[in-house]
Amino acid sequence: MSKPIIEVNHLSKLYKLGTVGATTLRESFDRWWHKARGEEHKLHPIDHKPLMIEPDDLQAGPEPNTLWALKDVSFSVNQGEIVGIIGRNGAGKSTLLKILSKITEPTSGKAIIRGRVSSLLEVGTGFHPELTGRENIYLNGAILGMRKSEIARKFDEIVSFAEVAKFIDTPVKHYSSGMYVRLAFAVAAHLEPEILLIDEVLAVGDALFQKKCIGKMGEVAKQGRTVLFVSHNMNAVEAICKKALLFNNGSIAGVSSDVSMLINRYVSGDKEDRLNSAEWTNSGQEFSNPWFKPLRLKICDHEGNRVNMPVNNNADMWVRMEGDIEIPDPALTIGYAIYTETGNLLYWSYQTDQQESFWPKLEKGRCILQGRVPKRLLNEGAYRIELLGGLHYRQWLFEPGTKVPTVYLTIRGTPSDSPYWTMKRPGEIAPVIEWAIVQ
Amino acid sequence: MSQIDPDYEVIIQPNRSWFYVDWKGLLHYSDLLFLLVRRDFVARYKQTILGPLWFIIQPIFTTVVFTIVFAKVAKISTDELPPMLFYLCALVPWGYFSGSLEATSKSLLANAGLFNKVYFPRLIIPLSIVVSNLIALAIQLATFLGFYFYYKFLTPAGSTINPNLLIFVLPLFLLQTAAVALGFGLWVSALTVKYRDFQNLMAFIIPLWMYATPIIYPTSTVPEKWRVFLALNPMAGIVDSFRYAFFGSGYINVSHILISVAGTVLVLVSGMLIFNKVERTFVDWI
Repeated sequence: MSKPIIEVNHLSKLYKLGTVGATTLRESFDRWWHKARGEEHKLHPIDHKPLMIEPDDLQAGPEPNTLWALKDVSFSVNQGEIVGIIGRNGAGKSTLLKILSKITEPTSGKAIIRGRVSSLLEVGTGFHPELTGRENIYLNGAILGMRKSEIARKFDEIVSFAEVAKFIDTPVKHYSSGMYVRLAFAVAAHLEPEILLIDEVLAVGDALFQKKCIGKMGEVAKQGRTVLFVSHNMNAVEAICKKALLFNNGSIAGVSSDVSMLINRYVSGDKEDRLNSAEWTNSGQEFSNPWFKPLRLKICDHEGNRVNMPVNNNADMWVRMEGDIEIPDPALTIGYAIYTETGNLLYWSYQTDQQESFWPKLEKGRCILQGRVPKRLLNEGAYRIELLGGLHYRQWLFEPGTKVPTVYLTIRGTPSDSPYWTMKRPGEIAPVIEWAIVQ
Repeated sequence: MSQIDPDYEVIIQPNRSWFYVDWKGLLHYSDLLFLLVRRDFVARYKQTILGPLWFIIQPIFTTVVFTIVFAKVAKISTDELPPMLFYLCALVPWGYFSGSLEATSKSLLANAGLFNKVYFPRLIIPLSIVVSNLIALAIQLATFLGFYFYYKFLTPAGSTINPNLLIFVLPLFLLQTAAVALGFGLWVSALTVKYRDFQNLMAFIIPLWMYATPIIYPTSTVPEKWRVFLALNPMAGIVDSFRYAFFGSGYINVSHILISVAGTVLVLVSGMLIFNKVERTFVDWI
């Protein structure tokens, strides 16, 4: 194993933002006309587009409204490695795959690829609904770079992998979406390139099929092939990849063969402040009031220790709030509100939710109160927890939607003990619910 | 176990030469070309009752309309040939040309979704269009020959119809037709990526082009001093050659044909270069 199979040197890609795509002849002509008459200072209105990107943005390009989608990226990959590429949307992952698969050209830099590349940026590319499964296998295979003879050789294998043998001569428009995806993945999975570029294909299909796909990818690696795998599914990346690249703002923020370390770094926001924000403390006179002046808000385990993010979901956590009470008021309600990463409210919880005899007694002086976040209720992801409170039907002390004490909670790890449930589930919450047979 | 071929290296970098054409890639994807041709053909007529019969219906209808409007009402000369034959003969290469031009000029935008996801030499798409239109051409040519033999042997007009050896050169003229359509189509599809104006332009350029080509009138009715402009329209020479080959009458000028061949080569080569230049980054523009 001498030279790396993929060598990327100082690769950059500049994008123009805005409505460049829909330029009309008149705009170009106007621009040319003004230039020709030496009226460059008299900019045409089209040059006064609002700024789509602030000039001090990390990714801002040399001219207004240009953006470095990739900025001076260098790395190399050896044969047989399965490399996971992670990062937020817009971090440059997909742009990298597009350049490596020759869909578009870089603005500067160079990539050397020592092998045949096939890219799988979306399953079912080029499927035609009117054609039968059989015809689509051939067409899609050819689009992905297979020769007809190669497809014919693997045809039976593809059909049995996709489990569509009965419908192989039916137009794919009559397929269920599951069948469609299975067939599309099966074609792609049977490519035999030296290098396979994959973007988010495992987001599809049922759990069993996903397992099968992950297995297939492991098999591909054992055959000595190299895989670059872009995904937001951290469990899949962790399960398959032996090495990972973390992208941030168009540049590589980390390379490591310790995949789970890199994933933790990414999931926890890759930012110190997000980690620190598992705890909020009052800087002095914030939220001063005689009923409940908050001093501290944190997420902790049952022993009261602050938990380090990301946290596993298989133990209860507590939202602990500390405050000073000068005037005890029976109408005081204190609780928390929990929001998803995208800002959807999941639920409110107050210390007065249960029947009255269970209410914790709030007395004058320092008061430490905690509310449970039940285990195995939340899904994987990041959550925002805000202090909530007021005097019942009289006034808000910590009104939702205003600036209130806030902490962040990041959950990662298998949400369940079930062997069938190994990945993040769709849905804001992922409770494990009891099932029983009745008859 | 796959082994790295130490000599196999793909270098990806910006600003490759204008003259870089991925011939090796085109060859590798030749199977795709024929599968696309098949797809075009199959998909076009699935769920139609008449299926490929549409290929025949369309030119015959056009011919009937032309016969009524131009030959009977407007009384435009057809060089003493049966109008039906006169028009149909010209519509065979013209139909192939306009069909190919229209489809190739849309090839980049219409397949943007595909091109955004997977790489194969983009030229495969316009090439497959030109090839798949050959199927329609073959069917229409057969239809024309049916009428041709009917008029030649079963009607008194047969004596005015004298085929000659030029018939054997017609495949070369069809090749030229394909080249003109492909060349212009590549130009337009490359320009449309940046300027959508050309999409609208094509909608009336093709019909206008038809009137600039001796289809509804014979070249003999064009004043002598204007005929030189016909040399600038490669389709004029092609249509005239078709008529001359099948009927033995009409206008044919060798020097005009040579000029049009030179023009065709120019359009095709420049079209391929501009298409090639645009295809490398066009997904960023759409």
